[in-house]
Amino acid sequence: MTVIRSMVLVSDDPLSRERNAGAVQERFAEEIRRRGLEGEIAVHTISGIRCKTVSPLAIVYPEAAVYGPMRVEDVPLVVEEHLVRRRPVPALMPPPHKFSGRLAWLPRRKGTLPAEQRVVLQRVGVIDPESLDDYLAHEGYEALRRVLGTSTPADVIDMVYKSGLQGRGGAGFPTGLKWRFVAGAKSKKKYVVCNADESEPGTFKDRTILEGDPHSIVEAMTIAAFAVGADEGYIYVRGEYRLAQARLRKAIRQARQAGFLGENILDSGFSFDIHVHSGAGAYICGEETALLESLEGKRGEPRFRPPYPTTCGLWCKPTLVNNVETLANVPAITRNGWQWYRMFGTPGSPGTKVYTILGNVKRRGVIEVPLGITLREVIAIYGGGMEDGTRLKLAQTGGSSGSVVPASLQDTPMDFNSYKQAGVSLGSGALLICNEDTCVIDLARVLMNFFRVESCGKCTPCRVGTRRAHAILTRISRGQGTMSDLDELETIAEALATLSNCGLGTSASVPLRDILRHYRAEVEAHLRLKVCPAGVCAMEGSRD
Amino acid sequence: MDAVVDSHRITLAVHEALEEHGHSRGELIPVLKAVGEALGYLPTLAMVEVARAMQIAPGQVFSVATFYTLIPTEPRGRHVIQFCESAPCHVQGGRLVWETLRAELGISPGETTPDGRWTLLTTSCIGQCDRGPVMMVDDDLHGDLTPDGVGEILERYE
Repeated sequence: MTVIRSMVLVSDDPLSRERNAGAVQERFAEEIRRRGLEGEIAVHTISGIRCKTVSPLAIVYPEAAVYGPMRVEDVPLVVEEHLVRRRPVPALMPPPHKFSGRLAWLPRRKGTLPAEQRVVLQRVGVIDPESLDDYLAHEGYEALRRVLGTSTPADVIDMVYKSGLQGRGGAGFPTGLKWRFVAGAKSKKKYVVCNADESEPGTFKDRTILEGDPHSIVEAMTIAAFAVGADEGYIYVRGEYRLAQARLRKAIRQARQAGFLGENILDSGFSFDIHVHSGAGAYICGEETALLESLEGKRGEPRFRPPYPTTCGLWCKPTLVNNVETLANVPAITRNGWQWYRMFGTPGSPGTKVYTILGNVKRRGVIEVPLGITLREVIAIYGGGMEDGTRLKLAQTGGSSGSVVPASLQDTPMDFNSYKQAGVSLGSGALLICNEDTCVIDLARVLMNFFRVESCGKCTPCRVGTRRAHAILTRISRGQGTMSDLDELETIAEALATLSNCGLGTSASVPLRDILRHYRAEVEAHLRLKVCPAGVCAMEGSRD
Repeated sequence: MDAVVDSHRITLAVHEALEEHGHSRGELIPVLKAVGEALGYLPTLAMVEVARAMQIAPGQVFSVATFYTLIPTEPRGRHVIQFCESAPCHVQGGRLVWETLRAELGISPGETTPDGRWTLLTTSCIGQCDRGPVMMVDDDLHGDLTPDGVGEILERYE
């Protein structure tokens, strides 16, 4: 048996690919081969470390030395100096301040960056996502083994329930309760569906998980299927996520071959299999009943509820629908116990949350932190502060189920309950940080345009309301608004919130209500004075 | 409109998609996507043929096809630009880039240039927001766009 003394990991994600990471990896392999070291030094890919300033990265283990951005012509030097002479090349290593918090796991960097709490992302960026061996070496399929070996379905559900895990798709529904409903539904046929149709503006946490650790979802779904009594599963991945789809398909093939999926899993008598289904481009399919319609080959229009999917889901069989991030918590909870999980976060909202930080901050990216951290902390610690000395005006927390959060709430703990009490919502985990150059009318117009385009058209309040609201906001941004527009916006928001058939319409009301509540003066300046205080709106029609 | 693709090619593409995905109703979307990818778009005749093969009404096929953005039902240019118009890209400088892009191409969203080189579309968030503003040109992703840099990217596509 050959002993691998060093390992080179080259980042492989859309950004790295665009910057020639493939050629960098090939050059590493070539240089290593040329020196006859291919038995001692392995070259693999990793994904998920999407550090804009340093991609593509090459990480050399066991030293965990990080090189980047790597150019093809730098490769021979790293191979000769670091891998042959064992002298790392500091000149090619980026200084620590160029990293965002997502590299905190690197042993060498410990203490130089604020620690994240990685549960969901524990393997992302650490393992080769296309290698089952890597997954197994990092506690992979241990949770499944334990569940099938020693637990009853009731035990598993009890554990998930006690962990306090809440759905991470945006609504925050208790996961254990959902599992209990499906388990309790009487039917020979049941399904487990993973909702990977991530399309909330500003959100790419699920893609990070799927691209970086696809086996964790396969394992989690299998555990869920055992708990609720399902024998077939679907992962509904949005059509644009091609790399995620390819990696999931590969992981499923590997899991089948190794006996973690398919007939009689690990000789337990339990059978379960998973299909990957590619979406075809429709935001609304992230709504769970629309997703089920789409899986059945129909237009993705949300169903009227009740009945709920837990009793009448896919092909009207009891169906468990969980978000990617929700599922990714399950193996860790199973391995470490629900008490361990409750050490993170707040009593009302245990666990961690994956956020994407975007907008006018110095560093954008993905972080995983305990629930209950504040917006101020996120901006200061992980975002590196506001861009160019500007000041925070508001944060938009996720396209659909989120809110426009004013700066006055930046010290409110970010967890499902505290936010609810403050009258705002956490949404899917996108944190779009906006400075004072942002105009609330302009922002609301862009958000409303999104809802207008993505409304499926099934129910009238949403189809007409989003269209109407967008037209009014556009008019206001041109300086042609009147005070009566305020009343009409209020009426539309009310109708959207109370009469829409699904969450899309309800969510569309949120930015309207938020700007009218928190930024009334700024809105009225557009109407009465025909002035955009932030200087964004063209107001070109005001002199007509 | 259907004259763009001859009927023989349509029949062949439909046949191949059905071979791969099967005839069951649940496979309608993958079948339509596959035909669309093979032909560049989904012609009406293809929808009729799929409907016949799956024994469902052509109207149903049409209503499903037009629901999804990844199933184009009209011919497109040689290269398709999808510009993200969601809030994060907008806040991160997308507005100016968009104005430049439109001026450069001289067309409105949804249109194709007269020489058939470009189709310009807007898209909702494509999940690459830490690099916004972003656009897709065919299958390639371009991030961190600036008004000055857009022209150079377009030149790379014939």
